[in-house]
Amino acid sequence: MRRSEIRVLILRVGGTNCDRETALAFRDLGVEAEVVHTHRVIREGSLPDYDVLVFPGGFSYGDYVRSGVIWAKLVEAYLLEDLMRFVEEGHPVIGICNGFQLLVELGLLPGFEGRSPYPEAALATNASNVYECRWVRLKNVNRGNCPFTRSIPREAIIRMPVAHGEGRFLFPREWEEEYLERLYEKDQLVLRYVKPDGSFAEGEYPHNPNGSFHDIAGICSPEGNVFGLMPHPERAYYGWQLPDWTRMGRPPEYGDGRLILEGIVEYVERRF
Amino acid sequence: MRFKATVYVSLKRGYSDPEGETTARALRGLGYSVSGVRVSKVYEVELEAESREEAERLVDEMCRRLLTNPTKDDYRFEIRERG
Repeated sequence: MRRSEIRVLILRVGGTNCDRETALAFRDLGVEAEVVHTHRVIREGSLPDYDVLVFPGGFSYGDYVRSGVIWAKLVEAYLLEDLMRFVEEGHPVIGICNGFQLLVELGLLPGFEGRSPYPEAALATNASNVYECRWVRLKNVNRGNCPFTRSIPREAIIRMPVAHGEGRFLFPREWEEEYLERLYEKDQLVLRYVKPDGSFAEGEYPHNPNGSFHDIAGICSPEGNVFGLMPHPERAYYGWQLPDWTRMGRPPEYGDGRLILEGIVEYVERRF
Repeated sequence: MRFKATVYVSLKRGYSDPEGETTARALRGLGYSVSGVRVSKVYEVELEAESREEAERLVDEMCRRLLTNPTKDDYRFEIRERG
């Protein structure tokens, strides 16, 4: 598929607020990107018209009940059949921040045996009990199952910002070790928080910003095409978004977030 | 029949409750000897159902499908009939 033919759907609802910069970043990559309200996509049945689906960051429905859950249940009630077909066809489905929370509440991630009717994980209140809004270091730990991080060398450290109050990735306590093993087995771990020296944060604050189990910042489905992450690639897209760009003399044209969004586009080019 | 369910959702034991810990710290600052605080959410759900058993079944389902995430939350509820 030619890049200019690729259509990216960025869903919104009341409270999403990262939709426009996500669209801007995708357009810079030479694809078509549209921000459309979830109700409209439901009414028009238009999901199959797109090649990539993004659940962007924000505070959908005011984060009521739990972050992302009201939006997840809207999707479950009215869009599930189209969404599952979209996923099964291998199309990329990306959840950023609030979008990651949605994918977990919807049972699509970790999705060990396909979609689970009830969530198998949670993104709980940050251990620090504050809204963490700053840059973090992440290591790409995926061995190749997630097609969107293939252009990032394995074990490479990238920088992206987080901005969330509920990002502490948890498994049910009694299944913690078994579920972690399954993540490794099926190569579902993608991004983990690290210290400045590149070693894993091991839960240490502030390197692990939220207390996530096993320093988990992003995971993908067993098939690899559903990917959720707490950090914001669209806020690390251009060089001038980097926190130290004024100190760099000549800042780079692009930040590390571009690698992920480009990985999505390149996957669609190859696959469809 | 009309019912009102009061649903209590709390973090499972064993998970740290940052909101509770912060609240406990603030209470200690005010001079109270507080050893711990756990925060719960309360939902008052008004619903119609054929019977009390049916209402209980529905509320339990609501808890599992939306009001809790079974990974980290416990819940309990009380139901009473409304006139």
